[in-house]
This record gives sequence, structure tokens and C-alpha cells, in this order.
Amino acid sequence: MSVQDLHQMGVAELAAAIADKKTSAVEAAQALLARAKQHENLGAYLAFNQDLTLSQAKAADARIAAGERGPLLGVPLAHKDIFVTQGFPSTAGSKMLEGYQSPFDATVVANLAKAGAVTLGKLNCDEFAMGGSNENSAYGVARNPWDADRVPGGSSGGSAVAVAARLAPAVTGTDTGGSIRQPASFCNVTGIKPTYGRCSRYGMIAFASSLDQAGPMARSAADCATLLSAMAGPDIDRDSTSLDHPAEDYTRLLGAPREGASAAQPLKGLRIGLPKEFFGEGCAPDVVAAVRAALAEYEKLGATLVDISLPLTQLSIPVYYIIAPAEASSNLSRFDGVKFGHRAAQYDDLIDMYKKSRSEGFGPEVQRRIMIGTYVLSHGYYDAYYLKAQQIRRLIAQDFQNAFTQCDVIAGPAAPTTAWKIGEMSDDPVANYLADIFTLPASLAGLPGMSVPAGFGAGGLPVGLQLIGNYFKEAELLQAADAFQRATDWHTKTPEGF
Amino acid sequence: MSLTLSDIGRIANLARLELSGTQSERMLGQLNGFFDIVEQMKAVDTTGVEPLAHPTAVIDHVSLRLRPDVASEPNNREANQQSAPAVERGLFLVPKVIE
Repeated sequence: MSVQDLHQMGVAELAAAIADKKTSAVEAAQALLARAKQHENLGAYLAFNQDLTLSQAKAADARIAAGERGPLLGVPLAHKDIFVTQGFPSTAGSKMLEGYQSPFDATVVANLAKAGAVTLGKLNCDEFAMGGSNENSAYGVARNPWDADRVPGGSSGGSAVAVAARLAPAVTGTDTGGSIRQPASFCNVTGIKPTYGRCSRYGMIAFASSLDQAGPMARSAADCATLLSAMAGPDIDRDSTSLDHPAEDYTRLLGAPREGASAAQPLKGLRIGLPKEFFGEGCAPDVVAAVRAALAEYEKLGATLVDISLPLTQLSIPVYYIIAPAEASSNLSRFDGVKFGHRAAQYDDLIDMYKKSRSEGFGPEVQRRIMIGTYVLSHGYYDAYYLKAQQIRRLIAQDFQNAFTQCDVIAGPAAPTTAWKIGEMSDDPVANYLADIFTLPASLAGLPGMSVPAGFGAGGLPVGLQLIGNYFKEAELLQAADAFQRATDWHTKTPEGF
Repeated sequence: MSLTLSDIGRIANLARLELSGTQSERMLGQLNGFFDIVEQMKAVDTTGVEPLAHPTAVIDHVSLRLRPDVASEPNNREANQQSAPAVERGLFLVPKVIE
């Protein structure tokens, strides 16, 4: 086997090649590291630690030599720089945490390490995961390999670029309001955000605690299922919102027809709900066309399409942009220049030190959200904004429960457009917020959601099909995505030159 | 409702941020632009609706767990302080707060 081919392999293929001794974990790690460094102009990675990566790979090879087998054993992965990782800087894409060395690993990182995965490095993202274009990173933009002048989406932008450009077979991401699904859509990558509470938030640098959720991004739904099985599971003592549900094998339904269905029509009986609010004038025609074509494919697989309504979809924008900044302003109050993080060089007294350290350390979007959050939580405004938003949040979640009486899965576009040009929207924060409209509702409801490559729009730019399932239905969602990927080849398309 | 420059100053102080004059002007415009889209929340009737904090509470009772009040983490002071801006003899240093 040629080392040149290793980056072309997905997780399953690479794990099998390593287990069969056609290659080794060390060889795979070396090949991917070399490739990642060769494509540094894409801005996908923020940090490497070659010695640590190779020592992890050697340890994985030793486990294999001792007879151990596992679907991630020896497989090189990379982590969004929101997860704290020992031995690498953990910056959250912020100047505030430049060079920060965590004394511990995030639970998600530790879980993947336990499964034998090897860490290639840390991936670029919007500062504190706030943004949808990766332009808010303090360490520079990440570039979309389908068109280097365009954004990869965000906030898990570096994660999406790494998978799309074949700089890692799979990666971790986080999704607070769409930060896995939207960049997956922009870069022709498959990604899943599980039910809120499935993955531990311990060691995930906090943005909005009632929304933050980790998930995998990879080249296929099957690879995502493998990663999620290792990442998720209860973390009872370390995350008070971690769900007390046993760990699951999310690959268990892959490749099998639904109950009562046949191999020819594996999704027979699956009712797919199409919210009319997701297909209106707010969605670009090329995106609608690609999504409709993917849905026609689902019909061939036996699924039926049902018209539904999520009447409060539009409201999810103000509701989310009240709740998330409110929680962010509280979470980010820990950055005071005392225990960790940036401290200003010059200041008069303690308060002045706080103010100067925070103003120097946080970028403009983070400061905007801290301002919004501080205001909506301040005396006299709490009821009108934060409490009201939480009430509407319940109505949005209930609308989903009503919809799930008519369908099993909800489908629509992951984003209203394909990737935009770098710089095109960076001066207009509200325009950026509006672009999140299709991912915010499932985030507010805490439901599992995916983006699955669905084809291409104008200019050959990728379009993602969003699938939303009911609580705890990740295995069914992944089954539906996997069945589509067995019948189509959109997810295997690679940008030219990669 | 529109925010004013003095509101921006008050909020920035609560948030422990220091904004220059130009930054405050810019922030004012952007926040007012944002609160224009927030206005539509007023039209939703939420009488008697319980606020939702933990999303899966919409289908099931969720209670936040408490763990026993015992020390569970080992003493790891050196590693915990390695990224601190200023420490001395295991203590975090801050500017003088009491004269």
C-alpha cells in the first residue's frame, strides 16, 4: 500500500488497513501530518505536536500487536480547538487563550483516546464557537477547499475543511446553533449533532451551556456513527447536564432495512416531514433544487414525504440570539486575567485590569455577544428578554413534538445558501445571525440533527440536506443517512486538487 | 425601544469591557439593529408557558444531579496554575485591592 493513498481512506477503511497490518498507526499519522502541513494555507489546523501524535500512534500499534481490535484503534483524528487537550494549546480560536495548556483532557477527547484514536492536532474555529464562517477566529480564516475564496462555514470551520480536503479521515466538532451542520453543508461533509446531553460537555470550552453539544464530522454517516459511539455516553460526575442514558452502538442499524422493509426499499415506512417554513422564499433556489432531488431519492428508497409546519421557525433567531449570548456572558465572565488567559500589560487597578484584559483578549463578535447577554440579563430586562425567550423556546420544542406525530424524521436544507465569499458578510452581524435560521430550531429543542451531502448548487458549491430526528433517535437518523449514501455518491465527491 | 450611547457605557461597565468612542458608536448601531429583530418576540403569547432551560425537559422530567460534597480531584496545583498570568508561592497575584 502506498503512503500516498492513506489520506483517501475513511475511518472504516483506515482502521481495517491498520488492523490487517497493511499499514500502521504510525505510518498513517505520519502521512496525514505531512499532508496537513502541506496544506497549511487552508487554515484548517491551529496546532500540531508531532512527538505526542507519534507516541500515541506507537501506543496504538502496540495494542494492535497485542491482539486488540477496535473500529478506531490507530485511526488519526483531529479535534476542534474548543476541546481542551493535554499536550496541545487549547485556545477556542481566541487571543484570550493564546498558548493555554490544559491540565486535563475533555471527556470527548479522553473517550476517543481510550478507543485508540490518535490526535493529529487542533482545528481552527470561530472564537469561542461564535460565528458561522470561521472568520471570527483570532488565528485567521479557514478556506473552503471547494473554492478557496469562500468561507467553510462555522463555527467548526477548520473541522469541515480538514475532512473535505482529506487532512483527517474524521474530526470532532461542536454545535450550539448549527456549528456542525452548517460547515458540513458548505464543505460536502457528513456531520451529526446528537441529542443535547449525549456527549459530555466536560472540557468543552463553554459558550452556551444549555445548547452546546459535541459531535463527529466525517466522510460518511457510517464513520460518524463509529465516532459518536465512542464519544457519547454518561459523564455523571463531571457534567450535571449529561444524560443518564447508557452508551449506545450507533452503528447498529446501518445497512439493515427498516423493520418490515426490503433491501430494495430499505426505508419503506419512513415518513419524512418537510416543514413549509424551510422551503420558502428565504432559501436560495439552487439549494432548494438540490434538497428536492435528494428527497426524490429518499422516495425511491421507500420513504414517504409529508408536509408539516414548524410555525415559530422565524422566531428561533431572536430566541437563540437572546439565550446563547446570555449564557455566554455568564460563561465568559471567568476570563478575568487572573487564573488563566490574557492579562493586559498596563492597568490602573483591579477593575481596570479586568476591563483591559477582556477588551484586548476578546474579538469583536465575542464582545458583541457579551454585551447583548449582559443587557438581557440586567435588572429590569430579564423578564422581557431572557425569560420570554425561554418560554418561546418551550413552544418551539413543543412544535417539534407535534410534528413528530406526523413524521419520523424532519428534512430540509441545512443552510439557506451555499458558502459565501470571505469578507462578504463580515461587517453585518445581523445578516450572519439570519443565515442560521434552519439550524437554530433543532438546537433550541435539543434534538439530534445531521447534515448529509445532497449535491451541488450554483458554481459547483456543496449543498447539505439536514435531517432532524426526535430525542435519542440518532441511530435511526444515521440509518436514514447511511441508506441515502449507499444509493448515491455525493458524499464521496472531493474538491479538485484534493 | 432604542439603546443610547449611555446605555452602551453602562452595559460595557457591567460586562467589564472597555470600549473606545468609535467602538461604542459601532456597538450601538449593531445592538440596535439586533434588537429590531427581537421585537417580533413580543407578538408571541406566552401566558402560563413555563420557561425551558434543559431542552429534553420538554418530554421528560430533568433534575440536575448533585454529587456528594467530597473532594474528588487530586491536588494538581502546579498544572492548574501553569497558564496563570501571575503566581507566587502557589497563589494567584492580582493588583492591590485594599489600601
